This record gives sequence, C-alpha cells and structure tokens, in this order.
Amino acid sequence: MEWTRKDLLGIEDLSREEIDYILDTAEGFREVSARSVKKVPALRGKVIVNLFFEASTRTRISFELAGARLSADVIQFAGSSSSTQKGESLNDTARNIEAMGIDIVVVRHPSSGAPYQLSKALAASVVNAGDGSHEHPTQALLDIYTMRRALGRIEGLKVAIVGDVSHSRVARSNIWGLQKLGAEVYAVGPPTLVPRGLAKLGVKVSHHLDEILPEIDVFNMLRLQTERQDQGLFPTIREYSRLFGLNRQRMRRAKPSAIVLHPGPINRGVELTPDVADGPQSLILNQVTNGLAVRMAVLYLVGSRGGSGGPW
Amino acid sequence: MVKGSLTWIRGGRIVCPASGRDAEGDILIEGDRIRAVGRFEPPPDDAPVDVIDARGLLVAPGLIDMHAHLREPGNEEEETIQSGARAAVAGGITSLACFPNTEPAIDNEAAAEFVVLQGKRANLANIFPVGAVTLDRQGQRLSEMGGLHRAGAVAFSEADRTLRSAEVMRRGLLYAKMLDLPVIAHCEDPDLRGAGVMNYGKTSLRLGLGGIPEAAEDIVISRDIRLAEITLGRLHLGHMSTRGSVGLLAEAKAKGIDVTGEVTPPHFALTEEAVSTYDPNYKLIPPLRTSSDVEALILGLESGVIDVIASGHAPHSPEEKQLEFATAPPGVVGLETLFPVSYTVLVERHGFPVSKLLEKLTIQPARILRLDRDRGSLEPGKIADISLFDVTSERVISSAKFESKSRNTCFEGWKVRGTAVHVFVGGRPVLRSGTVVDGPPGAV
Repeated sequence: MEWTRKDLLGIEDLSREEIDYILDTAEGFREVSARSVKKVPALRGKVIVNLFFEASTRTRISFELAGARLSADVIQFAGSSSSTQKGESLNDTARNIEAMGIDIVVVRHPSSGAPYQLSKALAASVVNAGDGSHEHPTQALLDIYTMRRALGRIEGLKVAIVGDVSHSRVARSNIWGLQKLGAEVYAVGPPTLVPRGLAKLGVKVSHHLDEILPEIDVFNMLRLQTERQDQGLFPTIREYSRLFGLNRQRMRRAKPSAIVLHPGPINRGVELTPDVADGPQSLILNQVTNGLAVRMAVLYLVGSRGGSGGPW
Repeated sequence: MVKGSLTWIRGGRIVCPASGRDAEGDILIEGDRIRAVGRFEPPPDDAPVDVIDARGLLVAPGLIDMHAHLREPGNEEEETIQSGARAAVAGGITSLACFPNTEPAIDNEAAAEFVVLQGKRANLANIFPVGAVTLDRQGQRLSEMGGLHRAGAVAFSEADRTLRSAEVMRRGLLYAKMLDLPVIAHCEDPDLRGAGVMNYGKTSLRLGLGGIPEAAEDIVISRDIRLAEITLGRLHLGHMSTRGSVGLLAEAKAKGIDVTGEVTPPHFALTEEAVSTYDPNYKLIPPLRTSSDVEALILGLESGVIDVIASGHAPHSPEEKQLEFATAPPGVVGLETLFPVSYTVLVERHGFPVSKLLEKLTIQPARILRLDRDRGSLEPGKIADISLFDVTSERVISSAKFESKSRNTCFEGWKVRGTAVHVFVGGRPVLRSGTVVDGPPGAV
C-alpha cells in the first residue's frame, strides 16, 4: 500500500491495513537501530518540532531520537498550556510554526482534540504524541508492535487494559488498534475509573481482575495518576493495588505465556510489584526500544508521504 | 414615527396563535399600535400611508426571546445591547430578555435601569432585563427584587449558575412570586457536571472529553419543581436538554404546579455527534445530547409540554472560541438563527403547524414574562411589534453576515427558510427588506 495521510492524529481513524503498514515499516527501522551507524538519511533537510504543552520525558526523548536517526533537524518547544494562559491560542502557535517552515509537528497537549485543531490550521504534518484523555497513537502502536513480536499475532488475543481507562489516552488508542486487529479487549478497574458505558466502545468491562486473570494473554497496566485519589475516584492507593495490582500471586494464576506491559513510568508497588515489573514476563523495556522504531516509522511515513517501501 | 401615522401591511399570511388567526389579510398600524387586522380597503387618504407589500410573506407577532446574554456591561467586545438589538431585529425578534451574568451583575435597580436605558438608546428591539436572584449571583443573599422589578425586570435568574442552596432557591421563588414574576432556573448539579464539557455517553468516552450526565439536569429540575410546589412560586426551566426533563415537566404540569419550560434550537437541532470535530462552536451548557433526547424535546414541543423556544444567545469572541474544546467557553449565538432554524427543523422537517411554532416564540413567552397585555399577539389595540418572514426562499446561514458582534454559531452553512424581511417595533420599521433601520436615539 501507499501511505497518504498528512497526519497521525489517532488510531480510531486508521484502517487495519494502515496499522499493519506502520508496524511493518517499524520492523525495518528496528534493524537500523541495531547497526553501528544508527542513522538513515530518510528525512534529511526536514524540520520536526516537538511541541509539548505537557511535561513528558520518555515520549519526547523517543521522538527526538527517532527524528535524529532519520537525519531530520529536531527542535524542542515546551509550550505552556493555553488552559492556564489565555493569551496565545493554539492557532496563534500554529501560525508561528507555519511561518518558520516546519515540516512535522509532534504535539503533546493536555486538551483532548488539540492536535485535530492544529492539523486543520497547518499544512505541516501533525503527529499526536498524546492529547488529554483522547489518544496516544504511537504508544498504542508500540504496545501492539511489542505484543505482535512477542506472541506472533494480535488476532484472537485477550488483552486486559487495567487501570484508569476512563481518563487514559493510552487505553483509548489501544482499544481501537487492538479491536481493528482482531483482539478481544478487557477494560479492568473500579467502576469509577472503568465505567460500564465503556462497553459501548466494544470492550468487555470487568471490575474484578482475579476473575479474568487466567484467560488473559496481555496485561497492559496503566499508570495510576495519583491525583485521581485526591479527586476521590478511588479510596486509597493501597486498596487499588490490592484489587488491581499485578503481583507474584496473581502472576502464578496467569497463563505462563502471558506478557506484561506498562507505558511507564511505573508506580512500583502500585500497578506492579517490582518482581513482576522486572520479571520474565515483563516486556516493559522492550516497549521502550520498540517505541523508537515505531516513531521512526510514523515520522518517516508522514514526512515522506506518497513513498512506499523503506529507506534502508 | 409620528403619532397617528399609518402603515398598511398588505396581503400576507397572518398567523397569530393567541387569537387563532391563520389567514391571508392586512394589518393597519396607527402610531405605535395595531388599529385593524383583517381584509380591508385602503384607509381614507387623509393620512399618509406607508404600504408594505407582504404578499408571499408570513406575518407574525414580533418574536419574544426570553433567554439572551448581551454581555453589556462588562464584555462589550462580545456584544453590546446595541449590537444585540440589531441582531435581534435582523432575526425577527422584537422583544428580548437579557440575562444578568454581566460584569457587574444585574442585581440592583440602577443596573437594571442601565440595561433599559441602553435598550432605549439603541431604539430597535424592546430590551427587558432579567434580574439576578442573589447579590452578584453568589447564591447567598437575595438581591433587591422589588427594585429590579420597578426598573423593568421581567424575570429573575442566576443565569448560568444553579443555586446550590435549595433554601435560597425556595426564598427566591417566594420573593419573585410576590412580584408575580418567574424564576428562570439553570438546572445543572455542579458536582455532577464536575469537569464535564459535553454529554456523558459513548461520544464523550470516544473523544476523551469529560462527560456531563443527564442526571445532572434532571436532579435539579426535580428539586426545583418540588420547591415551586411548596412555595406556589413561578418556575421556568431554562434551556432544557434531556428526555428526563421533559417527563418531569409534564408530571409537574399535570399536578398543577406553576412551571414552564424552554428549549433552544441547538438542543433540538443537533446531537452530541457534532462534537466529534472538537469544534468549540458545538460546546454548549447544557451540552448537546443524544438523538433520543432530541426526539423527546421535539415531542415535548409538539405536545405543548415545552412552552417556549428561546435563542440562548451567548456571544463569545473568536479568540475564546479558538481555544481547545475543553478550555473554550460554552455557548453559541442564536438571535439571527432562532426563527430560521426553528422553522426549518420543526415546520419543514417535523410538520409542525406554523402557529404551533409561533406560539412558543410569541404569546407563550409574553405570558410567562407578563408582557401579554400589550405584546405577543396581532390584535387591534396591541403594540405594533410585527415581524414578516420569507418562508419560501432558501438562504445559507453565514456568520460573516451577522449583525451580532460575535460569530460563534453552530449552524454555519445550514440551508434554512424563514429569514426576517420586515420588522416593526412599536409601529416603527426597524428592519426593512432585510436591512436594519437605525432610528433616532430613543427618548431616554
């Protein structure tokens, strides 16, 4: 196939073929990272700006490195969110970017939908690096890529997304991607964070991790935002961890082939006990490595639209 | 307009729900009043006659919009009473009630007098203030409702806030009842709304936007209806949006409680699906709901459970509406789209008789605001507030052409019928062939 999209805004819009195409492209770039010279000239002369309106370390660095390995010039821009500063609107920021002749904007924003607004205002490509509670498409792609590499397929897998699904962009992107590729998705957590209504998105809702534990092939453990406790959405971290944390006892009841993912950073002892996080079934560091390849693939595809195959 | 001068509106379809008239005919205006309605020959030629050719037009009582925000004083860059009055007459609205969420709030006699004064200066539509129920809309101490009433307030409301305290709401209903005026309630439990910015449901879960459950509205409506029952007060439910609210209103009316209800065009013309583009022009409070809510609202309008259609006109500057969806302020302009959108959706798509639509835009709000002695109908002796609409040719809504200072419409590009052509306020032409006619500044 040929990649025709200007932007990568979310997984919900993508077809199954497009997802596979990104993952296949990532496969090629993964090999680049193993070389001694870890650089290809795919985006030489292109300018990428990392426009981050929200604190992020790993996603920002991953995108920065991905751009560098494609030989693009990468600029960092740490904006403050317009929710706190009414002065400059997103559109003003966009126009400034346009005026600087930038080719790809990688945007992270606390407001759901902000990348959509940017993409409408810009001729440049927009890559969503996480918007509010909406989508985090590259995270889902790297999660799915990691599952595919480890288990050889996505079709028919039972994937449990455990945690604050309601507010999670990682969860949403995973749900769309996994469903398109034929996996069965479970959303697991307390009803205040995993409302029954999520079933309308096509997932199975469970409030009891132990009930579904033995059937699950992939545990994708979401990071618990502690401010949700301050908002009163669950009683205590201790109780959360007791009901929904993965620990050694639970892993004994899980399939031996089951894998554990986490988008990071881990709250050790909350979502995962350290022995599970660092255990043989954890692929958390593989996710980081794979993330680089997936982001190279995405930047390459939107940055050299119309191209097919790979630069390697 | 010279007292005694005559205007002859000739040969339109006159629809007056209050008097049950729906027939071809003429109207003769003398000075600021309607002298005659029916079919007649030209009046004796001893008086100069301005003849308006109304053939092919709908001739209606001037519309009365009981829910608009005009931003003056305080946010004149978004709307002034002058620009709001221009927008009103451009939409066929001859009277409008403007809400007290200004800066400062309309919570005292002098502030209400200022609104009335600015309305007279604009000298286009009749501008009636809605006074705040409590001082500075803080939900604590009652405002001087008597003074507000004396200055011309036609209702009381906390505007975009719900009174958290049921006891303050109870007192407000009692006090307003003493003045025979309604309390217009914004029904939304602030805790259940929380950080919500759209309807709670499949679409909000899909878009990752905070949801506002329908229960947030229904719960407060239940409370306020019960308070109206025990106070014998007059309650008007502003901008209803849920199917539950329609049921509660019907039940309350059946019990004989003095409660009326209102809906705005976005809530019966659009659903939450519109938010999918993250365009802040689809961000409203209460939010756009689901198709089953829209169905219930339209049934409620049809059955008469819902009494009024109002614009909910809420102008916002482009800068504000360019913010991200979650951050942008809620609300859309509505004065210039109130009639065309209502006509197109309810009459053309849902087959409402024109008189059923018009009663909700004329005589019903007039009765609720106690303006019906003089306004809201086309009968001899009434004040000559009259609007003529073209319901045959289609027009595309374009915010660039609005008289309003703001452009935040959720109906951009809609093809509609029902454009106002000629409008009279107190016998004076304020809109002529679609153009606003600025009169001399009114006597103040």
